[in-house]
Amino acid sequence: MRYLPLTDTDRGDMLARIGVNSIDDLFTDIPEDVRFKGLLDLPKRASEMEVERKLSAMAAKNTSAGSVPFFVGAGAYKHHVPATVDHLIQRSEFLTSYTPYQPEIAHGTLQYQFEFQTQVAKLTAMDVANASMYDGSTGTGEAVLMAHRVTKKNKAVLSGGLHPQYREVVEGLSNMAGDQVISLPADPTGTEDILSQIDDETSCVVVQSPSFYGQLIDLKPIAEKAHQHKALLIAVFTEVVSLGLIEPPGTQGADIVVGEGQSIGNGLNYGGPYVGLFATRQKYVRQMPGRLCGETVDAEGKRGFVLTLSTREQHIRRDKATSNICTNSGLCCLAFTIHMSLLGQKGMTKLARINHGNAVKLKQQLGAVPGVDVLNSAYFNEFTLRLPKAADGVVEALAAKGILAGLPVSRLEPGKADLENLLVVASTEVNTDEDRAAFADALKEVLA
Amino acid sequence: MSMNTQGRPTAAGDAGESFRPKTFTGNRGLDMEEPLIFEVGSLENCGVDLDEGDLPEFELGGHARRAEIGLPGLAEPEAMRHYVRLSRNNYAIDAGLYPLGSCTMKHNPRLNEKMARLPGFADVHPLQPVSSVPGAIELIDELAHWLMVSTGTHAVAMSPKAGAHGELCGMMAIKAAHTAAGRSPEIVLVPESAHGTNPATAALLGYKVVSIDAKDDGTVDLEALKTTIAEHTGNIAGIMLTNPNTCGLFERDIKEIADRIHEAGGFFYCDGANFNAIVGKARPGDLGVDAMHINLHKTFSTPHGGGGPGSGPVVLSDKLAPFAPLPFIRKTDDGLELVETEAATNDGEQPFGRMTAFQGQMGMYVRALSYMMSHGSDGLRQASEDAVLNANYVRVGLQDLMSLPFGERPCMHEVLFDDSFLKDTCVTTLDFAKAMIDEGYHPMTMYFPLVVHGAMLIEPTESESRASLDLFVATMRDLVMSAKRGETQRFSGAPYLAPRRRLDETGAARKPVLKWTEPEPAQVTPEAAE
Repeated sequence: MRYLPLTDTDRGDMLARIGVNSIDDLFTDIPEDVRFKGLLDLPKRASEMEVERKLSAMAAKNTSAGSVPFFVGAGAYKHHVPATVDHLIQRSEFLTSYTPYQPEIAHGTLQYQFEFQTQVAKLTAMDVANASMYDGSTGTGEAVLMAHRVTKKNKAVLSGGLHPQYREVVEGLSNMAGDQVISLPADPTGTEDILSQIDDETSCVVVQSPSFYGQLIDLKPIAEKAHQHKALLIAVFTEVVSLGLIEPPGTQGADIVVGEGQSIGNGLNYGGPYVGLFATRQKYVRQMPGRLCGETVDAEGKRGFVLTLSTREQHIRRDKATSNICTNSGLCCLAFTIHMSLLGQKGMTKLARINHGNAVKLKQQLGAVPGVDVLNSAYFNEFTLRLPKAADGVVEALAAKGILAGLPVSRLEPGKADLENLLVVASTEVNTDEDRAAFADALKEVLA
Repeated sequence: MSMNTQGRPTAAGDAGESFRPKTFTGNRGLDMEEPLIFEVGSLENCGVDLDEGDLPEFELGGHARRAEIGLPGLAEPEAMRHYVRLSRNNYAIDAGLYPLGSCTMKHNPRLNEKMARLPGFADVHPLQPVSSVPGAIELIDELAHWLMVSTGTHAVAMSPKAGAHGELCGMMAIKAAHTAAGRSPEIVLVPESAHGTNPATAALLGYKVVSIDAKDDGTVDLEALKTTIAEHTGNIAGIMLTNPNTCGLFERDIKEIADRIHEAGGFFYCDGANFNAIVGKARPGDLGVDAMHINLHKTFSTPHGGGGPGSGPVVLSDKLAPFAPLPFIRKTDDGLELVETEAATNDGEQPFGRMTAFQGQMGMYVRALSYMMSHGSDGLRQASEDAVLNANYVRVGLQDLMSLPFGERPCMHEVLFDDSFLKDTCVTTLDFAKAMIDEGYHPMTMYFPLVVHGAMLIEPTESESRASLDLFVATMRDLVMSAKRGETQRFSGAPYLAPRRRLDETGAARKPVLKWTEPEPAQVTPEAAE
């Protein structure tokens, strides 16, 4: 076995040194009647070439985003990631190190986490950010729990513009923890009346902008109303590139900002691993979930970094911890940091402008297809179409023509008549004029 | 300088104490200081070429950002050098033995990285038409099969994003099962030796945590368990037990524990953090386990990546299987179906909800399956056997000098020492661990589990050769002898030779500085300006 350095001679000598006759003598604590004898009913070892052949065959059955005109967004986005990023995150020292619990020899990890926290705080215009969450959806669940701790109330109000699967994560967690959730009906146009849902019992209001349907939402009045009732505004985003061009939640009064960072540095990966971004106000920092990296000095007075405020965490506080989380999304967080360092504000702004510009162009072309309505007045790189027939069939028909066209809302919200014809489409910097023309032409044919 | 056959100096100090200049840069040869990106980058710089072309009129409806972001950019060579320099301040498995008990720092094969980057896996969207990703669904189903066979179970919830998330998933399934049966028990039993995530998870779901004592041999006290169950008759939701436990011992009474819990109407949650010790040697399904998460990043070697991403699929007993969360894959005569919504469920499928958006950690699934297929049934068993063999080899190499809290009995994949061998040396567990850094080793896990004073938990893994273990044991023996000789300076100030000396963690927590802020411009007094 190529990964195991011990030879049979080593094994024999080592057993003798230990003073036992066979390897099974080391497993005698496992009761005899449940000890597994023989081999598991699985194939035997395989060479690198054999494994590569089998897995490549599976991979080849999938249509990769880069191989077709591609317009699917809805929480994960196809962007171009510079080659430098993937090279650097594969360096052994990053890839094969553990959580930086020994800061003296994990200084590389700690320093990039500090850089990451700074980047996220600046992008969101918040005071502090943590060293990342699993992803945007689980981060949103954690944000709601945090709001309950801060306000000592337990009713969350979820906007109808929140990603349906994010909503399900929050609902599941809240139901289990015995907390209340008010989920507003789907709101493709950003016209719901969320203000009337906020009262003194409300712990937090969760609003996504750009919304799941692409609509940009004015957060200021919601923050104002929430604060009047001593509730927190949790601002959610699934497309971090939007922060290059739109007003950040921090200047609109958000108390917690949580979102998906996949777009920067990370591939689509069929849904994971991704990187959750999580930021808040200074005054709530001790109620924050997840890992935090802080600046300090070493015994010689040199600047250094450590994991800090760990008295919030499970390994110290056990059942009194703010969260059960004990990992972040380390390597994805590094990919984000490197890509963001390459972009800087200049590149981030440009990238966001190109994304928005491409979306406007796409909207103009698709909006001109007979029978198609665009539902959003203000949007970033994603918007919702109302088609003259059910969107799922249209998407399948377009896929058959080699175009991956977007997400039929009914896939996540089945059985809702008013949503059946809705299609959420995204356009990023990867789309060309040819891609958009092909999409518009094919849509015309499918709807004809 | 005399060298022994292993190429190391025969005595400390033989390496030669020569003149060490204080450098002008603060660098020490290859050991280089690197500022933060905010201190080296520039607001005008950008390492990505982007062409805006002709942009149409924007449709942002008054939502445009007004203030600058304030993040500098770096040209590509600057970024490359910055992060390469940072990387060199990290210890890594690829660079040396990483004996962190309970963390399983084993070799991460690069084949797995290569497979995870195939465009058919890395460049597919979670919500593109299901008909365009049959290979992705096949891969998830194939990995599920390998996990179920190796654990002796018939169901697995794949989506949890990490071990603790898997624990949450398993405990949510347990709660859902109780609720479906019209029960609402309030208590979860957690042994003292448990990972902190266990009580934190139970508390998150509103359960009251009751601790179970350990016996003198480090395993669960069955009598204490029975007494506690009797005290809370009808109110036991379940037990969360790690097996092999965090002392590196297999819980011999595991079947009896499972039976008692089941009789009491509870479920048995097994923390699978240490499953790597028993793959092919025992199947949790045969031990009475109802739910167990598998840390793909430990047992099946997906890289730890400096603290994530992990992946924590949860295998489930037949009783819990119906409650597995969305999404899941259903096998039908026509093939595999991805079930993503409540509306798509059939009779008997009662998902308790959803753990995360999308389908979970696909990138980690590919790596784990690549690892499992490479090993095969024979290699997986061999890996567990070698892990246990290596841990016991370290144990016998050190047991005469260091102190085993539970006597000289075989351990599983990790060996636990306490600090009684350091008594009267003025050297603490922490000092001892930091001195290991100067010798070129990552320290072992310290002060965990809590059931032992000054715990030192060593897990060498199957990735170490015998020569590597011999060198490690010899180094540890040298350090112990040095401590016993009273050479406290070696320990109290350690590490001396790492990228950083010991860091002020108290100061960091007292006044947290969690992000970089631009330094205030230097105050220039009128006199100085003149």
